[in-house]
Amino acid sequence: MPVLARGDAQIWRRRTARESLTRAFGWLLGLAVFAVCWLMISAKTTWFFVFDAPRIAGDIWTRATPPRWEYITQLGRPIWDTLNIATLGTLIALCLAVPVAFLAARNTTPSALFIRPVALLIIVSTRSINSLIWALLLIAIIGPGVFAGVIAIAIRSIGFCAKLLYEAIEEIDQTQVEAITATGASRWQVMAYGIVPQILPAFAGIAVFRWDINIRESTVLGLVGAGGIGLQLSASLNVLAWPQVSLILIVILVAVVISEWVSAKVRGAII
Amino acid sequence: MLRLQKLTKTYKTGDQALKAIDLDVPKGQVLALIGPSGAGKSTMIRCINRLVEPTSGAVLLEDVDLTGLGSGALRKARREMGMIFQEYALVERLTVMENVLSGRLGYVGFWRSFLRRYPQPDVDEAFRLLDRVGLLHMADKRADELSGGQRQRVGICRALIQNPKLLLVDEPTASLDPKTSRQIMRLITELCQERGLAAIINIHDVALAQMFVPRVVGLRFGEIVYDGLPTGLTPDKLTEIYGEEDWEATIEKVEEEQEEIEAAE
Repeated sequence: MPVLARGDAQIWRRRTARESLTRAFGWLLGLAVFAVCWLMISAKTTWFFVFDAPRIAGDIWTRATPPRWEYITQLGRPIWDTLNIATLGTLIALCLAVPVAFLAARNTTPSALFIRPVALLIIVSTRSINSLIWALLLIAIIGPGVFAGVIAIAIRSIGFCAKLLYEAIEEIDQTQVEAITATGASRWQVMAYGIVPQILPAFAGIAVFRWDINIRESTVLGLVGAGGIGLQLSASLNVLAWPQVSLILIVILVAVVISEWVSAKVRGAII
Repeated sequence: MLRLQKLTKTYKTGDQALKAIDLDVPKGQVLALIGPSGAGKSTMIRCINRLVEPTSGAVLLEDVDLTGLGSGALRKARREMGMIFQEYALVERLTVMENVLSGRLGYVGFWRSFLRRYPQPDVDEAFRLLDRVGLLHMADKRADELSGGQRQRVGICRALIQNPKLLLVDEPTASLDPKTSRQIMRLITELCQERGLAAIINIHDVALAQMFVPRVVGLRFGEIVYDGLPTGLTPDKLTEIYGEEDWEATIEKVEEEQEEIEAAE
């Protein structure tokens, strides 16, 4: 925030001349990088397929409509499996995420030097691998089916839930904890009275948010054989049964919309 | 009853918050601790119940040195000392009743407290205290629905249900309006008298301290520079505690107010 004296008037500018110059150069550099990237991508694209895209898309659209409505009788079970994978996976993940979060939060960890890094490692490693890849691994280990899907969703969600939860724990009002400590409460009582009530809204929000995400993730798990509606989707795609594919997509859409509605309602009720 | 011997606190940064404090608080005495911000008032109170670990020196509560206690014994000792906070420090999402009963946490086991199954005598006492501070009708409200003065009253109940021998009070009126401040100070001093409690009250407002307590201790840069009657706080003394300022207005105001109160009564 430079103030220039010009005569006896004091002039204020947001940035000094040097700062504005640097910023202008930064923008120029960004534009140049964008242009270069555009050229490289363009050179490696087969433009014939791209120009052809609207025609092909139109073709698939005509094949896929109208959806094969009578196929819906075979989708009840798979969509129920999908919901179960998401719900059970979320529940298992939450049970495991709570202790991990308490071990990872700076103000509750028993040892910032040894235990906290382990907890953070668990969070990072489970978060960084997609649930589809977890499912592939787990199918190889425990065989295909719904159970592999549940475990894949659970593992993938631990890191996400634990990370958000430990951030909530670190942001609590410390004086409330002090007040409970000052009454002579034990360590566990301090946790139950001083910390838990403060993070409960965050916990509920995280739980429904993750459940909502997991419904979407579990719809594709069947693609690799881990149960749910994705199994039907991949089977239909393989035999080019487009009217079935469109019906499955509609069912998934409806399920996701309902889950969004539920999670919005639940969040509204708590916060 | 409470004796501080050469109590010293040096923070990791090297700041000496308390420099060998010696203080004696007899049974049933209410004293006000005044001093500028950063003089070590809060640190001193927190060193007594070891929310802050003192660096050296001794804190003797009825001849037991608190500084050497292990965690179990420290919890038992903390039950003897009720604490009241500046920003009330109620657990906002719990009800008034739960907040009051949390003062009994040192006496009940984990599962009883977790399931909110407090012994009936504790519940009776909680109702009695809420009635005493005029909040009986609020027992089922959540703490964050209350006004500042009401919250501080709940804080007082939480401290008293511990059945303490000593109250540690940290800036009880700093976030309250002048009228509520006086009501809260009056309530605290009355309750101390009723129960024969000793209390150390940290307070910014010199006039308020002079109105309600029989003994004032002035702290500056972690050292006691005044210890005596509230009437002994002359402009010179206040300058010694707080630094140069025109003190006549503060002191005169108190005298006028006291006359007003006497006239009103």
